[in-house]
This record gives sequence, structure tokens and C-alpha cells, in this order.
Amino acid sequence: MSSITDQEYEVAHSKAKAFYPSYERKAELQHQTHYCPGCGHGIVHKMVAHVIDELGIQDSTILVSPVGCSVFAYYYFDVGNVQAAHGRAPAVATALSRSRPGSIVISYQGDGDLSAIGSAEILHAANRGENITVIFVNNAIYSMTGGQMAPTTLLGQTSTTTPLGRSAAHEGYPMRMSELLATLSAPVYIERVGLGDNKQIAQASRAVRKAIENQVRGLGFSMVEVLSPCPTIWKMTPVDAQHWVRDVMEKTFPLGVCVDRTREAQPRPEPEEAPALGRIPQILGIAEEDSGEGAPMHSTLSGDIDLEVRVSGFGGQGVLLLGEVLAEAGADAGLEVSWLPSYGPEMRSGTSNCHVRVASSPIDSPLVTHPDVLVAMNEPSLRKFYASVRPGGWILYNGSLPPGEYAREEIHVMACDFTREGDALGDTRAANMVMLGALLEIAEGLPQASIDAALRRCVSSNKWVQLDERAIERGRQLYRELQQEVRHEI
Amino acid sequence: MRRQLMKGNEAIVKSAILSGCRAFYGYPITPASEITEAAALYMPQTGGVFLQAESEVAATNMLYGASSAGVRCMTASSGPGISLMQEGISYMAGAELPCVIADITRGGPGLGNIAAEQSDYHQAVKGGGHGNYRTIVLAPNSVQEMADLTALAFELADRYRNPVMLLADGFIGQMMEPVEFRERAVEVSLPEWAVAGTKEARGNLIASIYLEPDLLEAHNRQLEAKYLRAEREEARAEEWRTADAEVVLVGYGIVARILKAVTAEARAMGIRVGLLRPITLYPFPVEHFKRAAERARVFAVVEMSNGQMVEDVRLAVNGARPVEFLGRAGGNVPTHHEVLDLVSKLALQFCPAMQPEEVAHV
Repeated sequence: MSSITDQEYEVAHSKAKAFYPSYERKAELQHQTHYCPGCGHGIVHKMVAHVIDELGIQDSTILVSPVGCSVFAYYYFDVGNVQAAHGRAPAVATALSRSRPGSIVISYQGDGDLSAIGSAEILHAANRGENITVIFVNNAIYSMTGGQMAPTTLLGQTSTTTPLGRSAAHEGYPMRMSELLATLSAPVYIERVGLGDNKQIAQASRAVRKAIENQVRGLGFSMVEVLSPCPTIWKMTPVDAQHWVRDVMEKTFPLGVCVDRTREAQPRPEPEEAPALGRIPQILGIAEEDSGEGAPMHSTLSGDIDLEVRVSGFGGQGVLLLGEVLAEAGADAGLEVSWLPSYGPEMRSGTSNCHVRVASSPIDSPLVTHPDVLVAMNEPSLRKFYASVRPGGWILYNGSLPPGEYAREEIHVMACDFTREGDALGDTRAANMVMLGALLEIAEGLPQASIDAALRRCVSSNKWVQLDERAIERGRQLYRELQQEVRHEI
Repeated sequence: MRRQLMKGNEAIVKSAILSGCRAFYGYPITPASEITEAAALYMPQTGGVFLQAESEVAATNMLYGASSAGVRCMTASSGPGISLMQEGISYMAGAELPCVIADITRGGPGLGNIAAEQSDYHQAVKGGGHGNYRTIVLAPNSVQEMADLTALAFELADRYRNPVMLLADGFIGQMMEPVEFRERAVEVSLPEWAVAGTKEARGNLIASIYLEPDLLEAHNRQLEAKYLRAEREEARAEEWRTADAEVVLVGYGIVARILKAVTAEARAMGIRVGLLRPITLYPFPVEHFKRAAERARVFAVVEMSNGQMVEDVRLAVNGARPVEFLGRAGGNVPTHHEVLDLVSKLALQFCPAMQPEEVAHV
């Protein structure tokens, strides 16, 4: 820490322009603040206001004042003001700074606010290296609410909630926020200063200036912790309170620089320029010209269609993709469609299923309770859903023989080792599309061009599109072979 | 513009950006995470801000900051996350800051599960945070409405300077349907009250604190007047076949889709049933219910909850007609058959003109 003799300081005799001439937002007593005699806030306010004047940033400054004695900072500072919830000023400041990168955002917080309820918000704002300045006024107590313990309360110090004094065993140790935040990689500058005597005050003033200057230069996160007297709650005279900062508080909270990367820090990158509004639909992939391969809707359907399908299997079998290709094909053909998946953890380990509807008229419920076709990619799926199939409907079962107990006279079953068919085509995972091929033969009506378009939309790699096309064709073939066998039997 | 097959959650983000939303602060949670993920992809490309917050508490307070700066902003979450966001929602209502919050509901209470439920109705509609405030709540029942009501949400949020919630369930968020968007991205002007870090905006203050009781009461009265205006002007509902309905089914979100299927089937059986679907849950479409009550003999409310919206239906109907309730919870969905059974039972009980044999085969 530099000594006061290194750098002389000017005593400001005039009121900073960053303060309102009179405090009209206060109903009475417009010439004075609400702070108690001997309170440190007045001194810190002056430092901040003079720096705003000196740097010429009054118009661009936004002051965020959360809950604490400084909640009324907006009475005094003639800058943009946002009053925030208890502890949340760094979150509020983050968004202000991100959306208005040209502004200077100062989060002015007390120790209860910053180190207790707002500990998460300050930690993460610091860790992100937000381009904001935090003024952290630490008086080791909750003053505004009448003197309860703060995380910064000293060991042995009494408060209304530690009437016998704070004990490490019960309440833990005083929390050193500056040191804690200085362990992070992003903060540019963190220093603890005090208001214990004029020498300390001069250093505090320099630190405040540096922390705000850093932001003007776009360097990122700076914080100044100010050990500050609270004569009222400490029940001391202003003079004794000032001495207590220097002689007692400082022992727990040593003054000095905790981290200073000002010299090597680079300005944060400017946000990218916003595109012209006209380009936005294109960026979102919803512009007219994005209609996938420029293909028109393949509306070559004859007759009405109302198809309800349930697809079910293990996660990883491509259950959802099978449904998606079917729905995409329907949409491509100009039909109404819905696709409703099971979702969440069951996708990752257990079973997966989806409901698909393809219809000529608007779809009321996307839930399929009685499918026309059940695609059961494994035995548990068959067990779970076989009874739900509509009379006259179909079960496509991935297995050479459906277990006897699932026999239902009024429904059709096509049982086949589709997994093996996939293998034969070159990849087990193509089994879903073999089943889709069979399903398309049963359902009829969807033009092949729509199936092809759907595959290209849903499947990203060319190799897989080709494999899936062959798989679908194989499925169609298997179904037709089955029909011939049936005819032979007759 | 062409219709595209898309998840409801994705449609929300695209519609939001077209509606001028340029800040998204979120925290992942199933089944709302696709919204946050899509915002992460598209916001930076469209001149917006995306940030994954450290918690829902931080996310909602970031919205407070973005909205203070005069930027259209939004977040998305589900049950437990919305509980944490209530602090910021109350502050934004108090400070009269517009924002949009999508609640893609899941099962509760506590950790519950990730299946779809409609049990966030109370915390969304009744203002789950502290103080005398309301949130405007819109309830989409299709992917198309996810897009359309998102656009409306931003308009209402600005018009009333108030948080607006989109209350959808996991089904509507996760399912894909064809959707068509507005053709152009809208240009949003900077609100005069915003704290934008400029000379013109220097005198602006965003705050929700009024220490003097008279001032806070006046503030509350002004908010109340705003909500009364919304109640007069913004209530929306869809009615389907209610004109001659004797049994009126009531449901929102995915449930309304099931009710529509049941209505069609019950009509085919000769039961005069109709569907009344609230689109705005606050303001609640009270007038629609009063009108329907003139002709209807009975209302049947169906929800994926133990019965939350049913309380508002009972208030709206105000004893004029009986209000029956069918609810499923835990991620279970009222089945077509359960509802049809209820409709048939109510028809027999309340509609003397009904021929018993018409419903006997149900």
C-alpha cells in the first residue's frame, strides 16, 4: 500500500456536481442526508461523487443501491439510479452493464447485503469479471435493521442476535470477502481501505478512483472494501468509532491490495454489433427461403388421413427420431401433425416413447391413447402398450415372435427381428427406420418425396440419410413379403 | 412464412426475438431447458444478451436490471425455479418493470418430478411473491400459441409495465407441431422511464420503495387501477360449441386439447357439451363464464392438479351453476375416458332432456 506522502491529495471544498443541489426526493431536510453523524457513508458518497465529476461520467453512470443504510443513495446522486433487492445488486448491475455496455455501473453495497444474502451474486459477478465497480461498505454489523450480526461481525462483538458476543464455534469466523474474491481469476482490482484516519481516507479515495477508472477503461470487475464506522449501532462517539475502525476492525480485516491486475488487464471485448432487423428471421432459420432444400410442400395426397401412432423402445434405439421423421413427413405433405415425446431422465437410461398424429384436419389432442399403429421396439414396450391398440390396428414388434400372452384377435401383428435387419444393412441403429418403412406401408398415403425431405431435415449426416433411405425401403419390402405370405396361406 | 415443425420451447425463443426481446437470463431446469438453450444459441447472433445465471434468484434480478435498462427481456423456468424467482417478480411488479417469464410446469411440491403438471397455477396466477400485485398470465395450448402468446406477452408487459407469465406445461413445451411466425422482427423503442446510462435518462429512478404509508398506498392504488384495466380489456378465452352447451368443460393448456377431443366424441353421442378454455388466467375471463352460465346446466373443470383454477371458475360462476372437478396429479394426465365418463354422468344427472340410452353404452 502506498503511503500518503507518496501522493498528495486535494481536499474537495465544494459539493460534487454528481450530487443533487438539494435532496428533493427527501420529504424534509433537503439540505442533509439521512445518515447518522459520524457514519462512513457520507465520506464514501463524496469520494464516489467526486470521481464521477473528475472522470466526466455523470450522464453515463448508473448507481445500483440495494437494501441497507445506503438504500437511499438515489436521494443524493444525480445519476441514473436503480434500487435493488437485498443482496442482488451485482445481478442487477450485471444486466445493466451487459445491456448498456457504454454505461458506468456502480454497485454500492453494505456488508450484510454483500457478504450474507448476496454472497452468491457477488461471487459470480466477480467470477464473470463483469465490467462493474463494487463499493463494499463494511461496518461489521447490520445497521439499518438495528444491529444484528453480519458475516463480518468480529469475534466477541455483541449484536442484537449475538447478545453474548460472536463465537467462532457458534457463528463461525468473520468473513473476509475481499480475500475470498481475490482467489478468483477474473477480478481486476480488489483493495480493502479504511476510514480510520485521514491517511486511510486519502488512500480510500485513491482506491475508489482507480476502481471506477478501471471500468471506464473496460477492464472488468473492481471492488473496494471500505471499513467504515457506525457510531449509532456500535454505541460510540463518532471519534471513538473512527478509532475503532483503525485499532480494532483492521486487525481482523487488514488493509491493502488483495489483487491488482490493472496493468496487464485487457479491455473486455465489445459485444458484437446487432444485425439489421430484416436479417433476423433468416438467423432464426424461419425465413421463407429457409424452407429446407427449397422444396415445396408435397401435397399429393388422395383422401383423408388420420393416423395415430405410438412408438416405444429403449433410449438409444431412435424411438423419438422415428416419430419425428413421420411427423416431419406429414408436415411436409401439408398435413396437420403433432409429436409428443416422453422426456427427461427416462430418455437417458430406461424406456422412451412418443405419440405421433398425422391428420388431414386439425388435431385436437396430441396424446395418443389408442394408437392405430404401435411400434414396439422392445418387449417391455409391447407389454406396456399392446392392450391400448385400437381394434383393427397394428402392432409392429421388434422380435421374431411376439410372446403368446399378447395375442389379440382383433389386431394385426407384424413381428420381425428388425434389429437384425438393421445389422444386415450395416448398422443396428437403422432398425428404427426399417420399422418406419413397414409403418409407412401400413399407413399409406404419405408421398415418398415427403419422407425423403423429412429424412434430410431430421438427419444431419449424408451417410445416415442414405442408410436410412435403404432401411425404409427394406421395411416396405418386408411388409409386402409378409402380405404375400398371408395371401399364400389363404 | 412457411409452417415449420418445432418444439414449443423453441418457438417461444424465436417468437421472443422477433418480438424485440434482447436479453435472456436463465437457469437450467427440466422441462424448460430447451428455452434457455435456444436463447444461448440465438441471442448473441441477434444483438441480444444471453447469460446463464448462478441461480433463479440471480436470473430474475438480472431481468430486473435488464428491464431497468429498457430492454425487452425474458427468462424461463419451471415449478421450483419459479418459486425462487418470486422475489424478483414482486420487485419488478413493484417497480413497474416489464418482463416475460415462461413457466413450463412440472410435478410438485418440492422436487416432485419432471412430468407435466398444472400445479403452478396458484404461484403464477395469484402472484406467488409478496405484496399487492398481479402478474398477467397467458396459457398456450399449442406450439402455435407458444409463439403467438409470447408475442402478446411482450406487448402486454410493455403496455402494463408489469411481468407477464407464459404458463405452459411440460407437454406443450416438449411437443412439436407446425408453427408459423410473424413475418418481421419488430423494432422496439427505448421507454422514457428506462435507466439507460444516457444524459436524457439521467434523472430516471427505478425503485419499489415508498417509506411513507400514504405514498405506498397511493402506489398500490395505482397498480390496482392498472390491474382493473387489464381485467376489463385483456381477458381472453376460446369457446368451442358452447352456444347450446348444457355441460361446459373447462381446461387450459394440454388439458384443453384433451377436452376438445372429448367434446367432439360426446357431441357425437348426442350430449350437448362445449369447451371453455381460458387463454388469460389472469385476468380471468369472468364474462365468458357468466355468459356460459346463462345456458349451461353444469361446469366441469379438468386440471392436472388437485384443483387450483377450479377456484377461479367457482368465483366466476358465483354459485349460478354447479362446478364439478376432475383432477390428476403427479404427471398423470386425465384420460379421454375419465373425462368422457364424467361428461356422461353429468349429462344424466343435470340434463333431464337427455335420453338415458344415448349414454348407456359409455
